[in-house]
Amino acid sequence: MTAPGHDRFLGLRITPLTRRRLRNFRANARGFWSLWIFLALFVLTLFAEFIANDNPLLIRFDGEFYAPVLFTYPETAFGGEFETEADYRDPFVAELIGEKGGWMIWPPVRYDYRTINYDLPVPAPAPPSADNWLGTDDQGRDVVARLIYGFRISVLFGLVLTIFSSIVGVAAGAVQGYFGGWTDLLFQRFIEIWSGLPTLYLLIILASLVEPNFWWLLGIMLAFSWMALVGVVRAEFLRARNFDYVRAARALGLTNTMIMFKHVLPNAMVASLTFLPFILSGSITTLTALDFLGFGLPPGSPSLGEMLQQGKANLQAPWLGITAFMVLSVMLTLLIFIFEAVRDAFDPRKGVAAAAVAAERTLDQPAGEAAS
Amino acid sequence: MSVAETIGDENSLADAEPLLRVEGLKMHFPVTEGLFMRRTVGHVKAVDGVSFTIAPGETLGLVGESGCGKTTVGRCILRLENPGAGKVVFAGTDIAGMKASEISKLRQDVQVIFQDPFSSLNPRQKIGSIISEPLRVHGIIKDPTKRRERVAELLRICGLNPRFADRYPHEMSGGQRQRVGIARALSVNPKFIVCDEAVSALDVSIQAQVINLLEDLREQFNFSYLFIAHDLSVVRHICHRVAVMYLGKIAELADCDELFDNPRHPYTQALLSAVPVPDPTVEEARSHQILEGEVPSPMNPPSGCVFHPRCPQAIETCRREVPELQEFSPGHMVACPVVLGK
Repeated sequence: MTAPGHDRFLGLRITPLTRRRLRNFRANARGFWSLWIFLALFVLTLFAEFIANDNPLLIRFDGEFYAPVLFTYPETAFGGEFETEADYRDPFVAELIGEKGGWMIWPPVRYDYRTINYDLPVPAPAPPSADNWLGTDDQGRDVVARLIYGFRISVLFGLVLTIFSSIVGVAAGAVQGYFGGWTDLLFQRFIEIWSGLPTLYLLIILASLVEPNFWWLLGIMLAFSWMALVGVVRAEFLRARNFDYVRAARALGLTNTMIMFKHVLPNAMVASLTFLPFILSGSITTLTALDFLGFGLPPGSPSLGEMLQQGKANLQAPWLGITAFMVLSVMLTLLIFIFEAVRDAFDPRKGVAAAAVAAERTLDQPAGEAAS
Repeated sequence: MSVAETIGDENSLADAEPLLRVEGLKMHFPVTEGLFMRRTVGHVKAVDGVSFTIAPGETLGLVGESGCGKTTVGRCILRLENPGAGKVVFAGTDIAGMKASEISKLRQDVQVIFQDPFSSLNPRQKIGSIISEPLRVHGIIKDPTKRRERVAELLRICGLNPRFADRYPHEMSGGQRQRVGIARALSVNPKFIVCDEAVSALDVSIQAQVINLLEDLREQFNFSYLFIAHDLSVVRHICHRVAVMYLGKIAELADCDELFDNPRHPYTQALLSAVPVPDPTVEEARSHQILEGEVPSPMNPPSGCVFHPRCPQAIETCRREVPELQEFSPGHMVACPVVLGK
C-alpha cells in the first residue's frame, strides 16, 4: 500500500508538494501550452534530417529499397556514371530511378541547410516561391531548411550550455556557501574580477586564434556563464548550513560532501531552478549575437544569427530578416512563458493560493486522503 | 578544593567516574570588522569558564535565559563548535582538542535532539531514510533489510508506527517529528544525548509525552542527558541536577530538589520567583522578585560578578572580584560571595 498523499507522475512517486507544483503549472494555460508547442517544435527539429534534406527518405529501385537519408549510395548504384554520392536532386538521377519503375519519397522540404539551389529563376537571395517556401539566402540556400537546422542548433547549444554552467555554478556556489569564511571571501573576489572581464572581446580574440566550432564556443562561453548561478546557490547554502537538520547531520558524523549533496543541495534546487530559464534564453541570444557578428559557429553552419546578418546585408530581401526575427522571438517568447509558469509553480505563496482554488474545485473528492 | 573534585566527591550520582567532565570551557566568538584586513574588535563571550560533570545515567539540566550560552555549551560538547579553551573529557578522552578525523567515534557516542522539530528534519528525506542514514554512514548495519528492521524498531521504541518510515516530515505533527528526531539520535546507540530545548517548541500535552519518552529511554538504555531548557518545571521533572547559567557562567549548581526548594544565588531566586504558581490565591499572595535592567551584552560583560549590576544583594566585592563556583552545602555549588560569606 502506498502511503496516503502520494501520487505518480511519469511512473515516479511524487510528493504532494510536487503534485501541487505540477497542478499549478498546468493551471497556467499560457505556460502549459507554450511548453507543448516548444516541445513539439524541438522534437520536430531534432529530426530535421527527415524534414529538410536533399536526400530522399526512401527509394524503391530495381526491386530493392534504399534509404539515402541514412546511408550513402554512389551514383553507380542506380546505374549512373560516377562513383561519387548520387545527387538525387539531379534530374538525371531521378530519370535513372524512374526508368526501372522505381520511386522516391522525399521529405517535405527538399533542401538541406547547405544545399544550394542552382535553378533559381532570379539571382539569390530569391523571394519565396513554391520551391523555396521562405525564399533563399544570398548563397541560394533554402531559408526553411536553414531555419529548421538553425533552431535545433540554437536550442541544443542553449541546453548544453545551461546544463554545464549549472553544474559548475552550483558546485562553485555550494562550496562557497557551505564553507564560508576565507573560501567564500576569496572566491567571491575572484568572481568579481572574472566577471569584469569583457567576454565579447575575449571571444573575438579567441575566435581569431582558433576556428570556433560548437564545442569551442561552448567552452569559451561556459568559462563566463557559470557565474550566473553562483550567487543564488551560495546564498541558499549560507542559509541552509545553519539549519538544524544540517547540524544534526554533522552531529551524526556525515562528511561535508554528503551533507552538501544530500541535505543542502536538494533544498537549494528550487532557487536555482528559477534561474535556469534566464541562462537558457541568455545562451541562445548570445550565440545568435556572436553569429551575427561573425564570431560564432563556423561559416556554413545553419544559424539564426547568420540569417539575421544576411537580412541586414540584404534589405531588399526582407524575408530573410523577418523570418529570422520571427523565429527568434517566438522561440524566446515560448521559453519565457514556460519558465514564468515554472517559477510561479515553485513559488510557495502562490502555490498555496492556487492550491486552495484547486481544492475548492475538487471538494467532491473522497475524504480518505485527509484521514491518514 | 577544585571545582571538579567537589562535584565528583560529593554528589551521590557522580561517585563513579563521570561520563562527561567539562572543565573551564570557554567559547569566545570574535567580532570582526573590515574586508581583507579583518580586525577583531571584540569577543562575544558566549561561554566563559563553565565546569560540570555528568555521571552515567544522570540528567543534568542547564537553565538560563536566552543568550546565556546554554546552547553553545551543548554544541561544544557535540563539537559542532570548536571550544576556545578548557577541557571536555568524554569517557576518558578530551574531545575539545580532537582532530576532525578522530571525531567520527564521538559522533556515535554523543547525539543531539534539537528544539525545532520542523527545521531539524530534512524536508526532502523520508523518515526511514533520515533514521537509517547514520546506520549506513557509520556502517553499523550494512544489510538494507536489517536496516529497515532496525528503523522500524527505533520508530516503535519512540512510540511511532513503523509505517511512518515511508512518510515525509511535513506529513507529521510536531510531536511525531520530535519523536523522529529522538529516533534518529538513538540510531547510533549513543551514551550521551544533548537535548537542546528538546521540548520547548511543543505544546504542553505533547511536551509531557516526549518527556516521559525521554525518561523511559533513560531507564531502558541508561543514557546521560544534558537537558538544556528554559522551562523550569520541565527541568524539575526530568533532571537529577540543575545548573543555572547567566551570561556564559554557571551561577548555581545543585541537586534538582535542593535547587528548587532552597535556591541560594540571587539570580536563581529571581528566576524561580518568575515561575507562576498554578493557583490564583497563592499566586496573588506571592511576592515576586523582579530584576532591574537588561541582560548586559556578552561582548562587554560587567566586571567582577557578571550579575552584580542587576543583583539586589550586590556588595562592593561583587564589582571587583569574579566569584568562583564554590560549595555552599554538600552538592550545592554557588558562585556568589554574599551567599558564601554568610
